[in-house]
Amino acid sequence: MCLGIPGKIVEITDPATNMALADVSGVQRKVNVTCVLGEGLDTLIGKYVLIHVGFAMALIDEDEAKKTMDTLNALGEAQEEFEAMFASDRALEGRT
Amino acid sequence: MKYVDEFRDPKAAKSLLKAIADKIEELGATKEKPIHIMEICGGHTHAIFRYGLDKLTPDGLEFIHGPGCPVCVLPMSRVDECIEIAERSEVIFTTFGDAMRVPGTKGSLLQAKADGADIRMVYSPLDALELARRNPNREVVFFGLGFETTTPSTALAIQQAATEELGNFSVFCNHITVPPPIKVLLDDPLMVLDGFVGPGHVSMVIGIKPYEFIPRDYGKPIVVAGFEPLDLLQSVLMVLVQISEQRAEVENQYARIVPDDGNPVSIAAIDDVYAERPTFEWRGLGEIDASGLRIRDKYQLFDAEEKFGIGNATNRRVVEEPEGCACGEVMTGRIKPMACPQFGKGCTPDMPLGALMVSSEGACAAYWQYGGARSAAE
Repeated sequence: MCLGIPGKIVEITDPATNMALADVSGVQRKVNVTCVLGEGLDTLIGKYVLIHVGFAMALIDEDEAKKTMDTLNALGEAQEEFEAMFASDRALEGRT
Repeated sequence: MKYVDEFRDPKAAKSLLKAIADKIEELGATKEKPIHIMEICGGHTHAIFRYGLDKLTPDGLEFIHGPGCPVCVLPMSRVDECIEIAERSEVIFTTFGDAMRVPGTKGSLLQAKADGADIRMVYSPLDALELARRNPNREVVFFGLGFETTTPSTALAIQQAATEELGNFSVFCNHITVPPPIKVLLDDPLMVLDGFVGPGHVSMVIGIKPYEFIPRDYGKPIVVAGFEPLDLLQSVLMVLVQISEQRAEVENQYARIVPDDGNPVSIAAIDDVYAERPTFEWRGLGEIDASGLRIRDKYQLFDAEEKFGIGNATNRRVVEEPEGCACGEVMTGRIKPMACPQFGKGCTPDMPLGALMVSSEGACAAYWQYGGARSAAE
């Protein structure tokens, strides 16, 4: 929860609510980008962000994204994040 | 140095470890009279154990594991209140998975779920919002939990619910803040702390200025650190250099992620949605002034305490910890996890008695996971 996970913004899905699609090691996940808006939504496409509980909280570079992912893998936290995302998808569908 | 070879840059790690060892020697610190450095964040605690940093650094340096694991400091009474809300037939109770196994006096959320309560693990408060949209006839409650890293996300979710007038969404707010418990620990005459490794992602949100009281009022150094082993080693070295130069300052080792002023959008969302509670209970630490957040009156439609009349808004219940549980003493660094009489006996990750055994960020769980593996290897 406190370490977050890096992802790459690939698409803006809802400009009204600052929602975007992020690629997190191959898993596509909707994230809110309000906290990293800076110069506008469209400038975010292709950028790497650090995602905490579905919110992009900081812009990072590709090297930082890779280093962070390595650390998360070593700590077993990357797997925990993915499991939490999948569990959440099931919860939304009512399959708990 | 079997662990060092796993590091991204073993040469840099060895050089940092040498510099740390030299400083410890220069300061005359020994196993009997060590320098005590507290890492505040549970993520740092986990990384220190995973990478064996406590073993790689000299005996004259002792890590004290701080109170920075949000599920570990959640009091039993709040877990009980979660269950009370979750057991209502109209409620879908949503929570981060970390909180499912935290024991209350009547069991955990996991047990309540097994008993029939509609409790769902979500990754994000955004998913709880989506559940509220899809289930207009149910009350969707999100268990807002965590330090400043996750506080903005709940604030933004509440703002979004207000914009959409999503009346069946509310938050049971248990957000807490990092600086107040540090002050409590520094005021404790039994605590001996020489410096701090400060939390990385909390600081990404709040910046580094909220820690200025540590050097100013207590004369202790603090270095905000990243999570990679090299970040942690470098931060420890920066603390030691400050001690040896008789300086006490807030330094930022993690500037690539942490702006000195934090994230202005997040801070504005927090200020808009939350107000300080006069006091909040922490497991193991007791009541701490101004350490918890409540939802401001203008958003009270989205405050589960107001909506269900459960929680600090109405009545207060202080609950004693289970007998034999030494979480409080471990949390304040007075004893190591292994010194707790229940460690590995009445309290294991599968059947936790105390909260420090629940989360991977808790000191007891870290000792259990890596201490066991280490003993087997040695």
